[in-house]
Amino acid sequence: MKPAPFVRHVPRTLQQALAILSQVAGQDGRILAGGQSLVPIMAFRLAKPAHLVDINEVAGLDRLASDGKVLSIGARVRHAAFHAPVADNRLAALLTYVARHIAHYPIRMRGTFCGSLAHADPASEWCLTAATLDATMIAMSQRGTREIAAKDFFEGIMATALAEDELLAEVRLPLLASDAKFGFYEFNRRAGDFAMAAALVTYRIVGGKIAEARVGVGGAESAPRRISEAEAALNGRTPDDTAFHAAAEAASDTVDPLEDHQTDAAYRRDLVRAVVRRALEHSCA
Amino acid sequence: MTAPAKFVGRSVTRLEDRPLLLGQGRFAADVSFPSHWHMRVVRSPIAHGKLRGIDASAALALPGVHAVWTYKDVAHIPPIPFRLTGLKELEPYRQTVLAKDYVRYVGEPVAVVFAADQYVAEDAAELVELDIEHLAPVLDASGDTGPFDDTHGTEPSVIRKGYGDVDAAFKAAHAIIALTLSTGRHSGVPMETRGAIARYDAVRDILEMHGAAKVPWWNRDHIAQMIGRTRDNMHLYEGHVGGGFGIRGEIYPEDVLVCAAALAFKKPVKWIEDRREHLIAANHSRQQQHNVRAAIDAEGHILAIDNEFFHDNGAYMRTHAATVPDLAAAMLPGPYRVPAYRAIGHIRLTNKTPCGTYRAPGRYESTFVRERLMDAIAAHVGIDGIEIRRRNLIAKTEMPYDLHLDTLGTHIVYDSGDYALLLDKTLALADWTTLQAELKKRRASGEKVGAGVAMFVEKSGLGPSDTVRVDVKSDGKIEVVTGVASIGQGVETAMAQIAADTLGVDYTSINVVHGQTDRIDTGSGAFASRVTVMCGEATRMASVKLRDKALRLAAELMQADAGALDMINGEIVRRSGTGASMTLAELAQARPGELTAEDTFLSSHMVYPYGVHIAMVKVDADTGAVAVERYVIGYDVGKAVNPRLVESQIAGGLAQGLGGALLEEFVYDDHGEPLSVTFADYLMPTAREVPAASILITEDAPSPLNPMGLKGAGEGGANPVGAAIASAIDDALQSPGAISALPVTPQRLKFLLKDIGSRSRGR
Repeated sequence: MKPAPFVRHVPRTLQQALAILSQVAGQDGRILAGGQSLVPIMAFRLAKPAHLVDINEVAGLDRLASDGKVLSIGARVRHAAFHAPVADNRLAALLTYVARHIAHYPIRMRGTFCGSLAHADPASEWCLTAATLDATMIAMSQRGTREIAAKDFFEGIMATALAEDELLAEVRLPLLASDAKFGFYEFNRRAGDFAMAAALVTYRIVGGKIAEARVGVGGAESAPRRISEAEAALNGRTPDDTAFHAAAEAASDTVDPLEDHQTDAAYRRDLVRAVVRRALEHSCA
Repeated sequence: MTAPAKFVGRSVTRLEDRPLLLGQGRFAADVSFPSHWHMRVVRSPIAHGKLRGIDASAALALPGVHAVWTYKDVAHIPPIPFRLTGLKELEPYRQTVLAKDYVRYVGEPVAVVFAADQYVAEDAAELVELDIEHLAPVLDASGDTGPFDDTHGTEPSVIRKGYGDVDAAFKAAHAIIALTLSTGRHSGVPMETRGAIARYDAVRDILEMHGAAKVPWWNRDHIAQMIGRTRDNMHLYEGHVGGGFGIRGEIYPEDVLVCAAALAFKKPVKWIEDRREHLIAANHSRQQQHNVRAAIDAEGHILAIDNEFFHDNGAYMRTHAATVPDLAAAMLPGPYRVPAYRAIGHIRLTNKTPCGTYRAPGRYESTFVRERLMDAIAAHVGIDGIEIRRRNLIAKTEMPYDLHLDTLGTHIVYDSGDYALLLDKTLALADWTTLQAELKKRRASGEKVGAGVAMFVEKSGLGPSDTVRVDVKSDGKIEVVTGVASIGQGVETAMAQIAADTLGVDYTSINVVHGQTDRIDTGSGAFASRVTVMCGEATRMASVKLRDKALRLAAELMQADAGALDMINGEIVRRSGTGASMTLAELAQARPGELTAEDTFLSSHMVYPYGVHIAMVKVDADTGAVAVERYVIGYDVGKAVNPRLVESQIAGGLAQGLGGALLEEFVYDDHGEPLSVTFADYLMPTAREVPAASILITEDAPSPLNPMGLKGAGEGGANPVGAAIASAIDDALQSPGAISALPVTPQRLKFLLKDIGSRSRGR
């Protein structure tokens, strides 16, 4: 459980970090932030990056701020930053609720929000959050800065639209309306494990009916995404068992389920049905 | 004549805890010697194949690499011997320390690299090229027998046990209940992985191995024999051990390799297992399928049990040889009157990690089978699970009860027990009647909740002997030198309590030595819940001798009659309460070297604690998840030396039992590739999944086989958990017999729920 040899670079500024990254990108250079996913796979020698660009000393990347429209989350912001609400907005309440489902306390103290997204585990709570809320990713390299929409960012299991020399420097999440409702539910075999299926929902009630519904499903497909069929089953309906049941069925029918030795396709669909329904029930609790 | 008990029976705090809580523990990885070499094991990446060649040239060329060994370097070392139940016909299936011409499981040691540090050792291990011709793996232990490879068959032996006329009983039966039941492959997974550090001291001509556990004396004798040394010029040392559970401390290939290498290279050699290695290299356990039948009369009395089973042993017969299936065959009857019994246990080889004992070996499996059978009989006869058990329990008046079966070289005679009384007490603790009413109410409102009961008889206190020496040091402190091992169970505290009461001193003045082969010549170690019974009695006997000797010596110095003296709080006083006294320290200084006594306790029979577990679960019908809401345990240990330690043993065993019932499973794919190689895939229960159990320790049936009435407490927490959980899930589903296999994973249970749903709709 000792990693293969690597060189660790410790830049102090964003410019330095991007310069080093551009130099080592071709030699399997990787960003080290919280290390909660990368370091274990290096210990197993499933990953053998020759260079690590450690961004833990880079000034400014710990920025976590709201401008009234979006919440900006810098590359060094840890999961634990969300243990308490970070802004006076429903989004902050959502993030706090979701954060406590991420792994275990010591991991939340080290792991980063942006690192989770860049790692792109299909079961990641933050990837689900970013996909459901249509986050905007700010990717930076020496070549310049670009914005990537969440729907274009996740390309598959641990695969993203980031280029080798790009750092996910910041993620922007749109703030929620003051009357927004949200619900989250994940299923795993033990507390703190990767979700075997997870759902995040947000919506508003307008004139007694559901409006602007977002239904995100994670852990069930190769990447988390919004399920428009489930959203359609909610919009314009009264928030009741019938609507929730219909949305859960729609999500279950729509997903293209991942399979593994403890989860076949039929069971994954059962779990999607359960988590969507329970996330919706949580939104009313 | 001894002082009244001041410490035995009380939950005094553990003597072991101070260094552990202060971070001063010394586990295997903490042992280092200057300029030691690190050993890294190159393991087979495929389940079954012919080993055509190994090219280590690239590894040897790496700076920092000292040597690479393959089979030809260790060809003189014989296969690892059997410690228990070593049937002759199993011998060809023993494991050599490195693979010779075949590889037979993923994880089998094929070569070892010796290097300057762990990083280089791992780099080099990756460079060792293996040329292996793939062969089809054998993965099913219950199908037809056949060739395992060119030289071996898949069924090296069949265990046969029994008594009475089974066939006649089945012919005369009112009904026959037949079930196919299986337990999953899992094992003890200690927090500390294995480790071994060997050093040869040329000046003293002594080979040392550190990192020993469980059975250091037996391992010392046999590793020495394997590598051409003797028990006199080799020593094993046990430090702190982060969990044993049966799997830690047996002789494994790595232990022998570090010793052989330290001797060959005259360099200290250190090996510390990593977690991935542990999950594929250390003993697995528990995978067994039973085709069991019971013959019953109209009231549900058992007339006979026919227990045929298939034991998936993995690729080699390790130190335990036939122990696990032998125990499964011998212990299946449990607390019930079974007039005729037959066990046929097929030992089967598969291309998986080899197996050994794991806490309640053979009994976790057979209790699951027996208790499933009792529930099925109850359902067939139409009475409840409590009543069917009461009807079949062996009565207190039948004790001692000869089972007419042998195991571990002993004849099974239940020494004492009042099974019905413990059932009553445990049901009362669970408030069973009220619980049933609550469950009924909740089920009526749509919840899937239920409760189940499982009963069992454990075994403990395996002989044949234990020797203890007790010395008074010149400062008055007392040393109890034992031949047992501490795997975290509190042996130091329990032995100190017994010695303290016997001698008349404070238990904190006693230092208990264990696991050091250079401190006492023989020792049986720590397994089979034997330590408190065997070593406890030996400690008492040696302490009686020492006390008598101390009073006799003091009598000379105090010019008194020994009978007029007493020892209280480490001071020798006159019983009259008047006149001079002397401390043990003063006596030890006055008669240096004389205050020592040794005694040996011999026992040819085991002692049999027994218990009742009650589980209450809630099934999540949408996901198939099972939550354990309540758990109640009653256990009779004859005499609890330290009730809190007994409760802790039971609580820990429960967690492991729940692991095997709901979470833990070594899964293999169709190619024999292990899929459970990290803690993300091999799911240990955590504090969130294990409920706080209500534990009742009773002392209603002290053992007549030792003066204190002791029975062991190590395995009763784990033994019936799979059985109790299965019964509770059945009840939650209101579907008797639904659970026939462990572990009950959510996917399997969800499948079962759909199946039950479609069957009930079809009616």
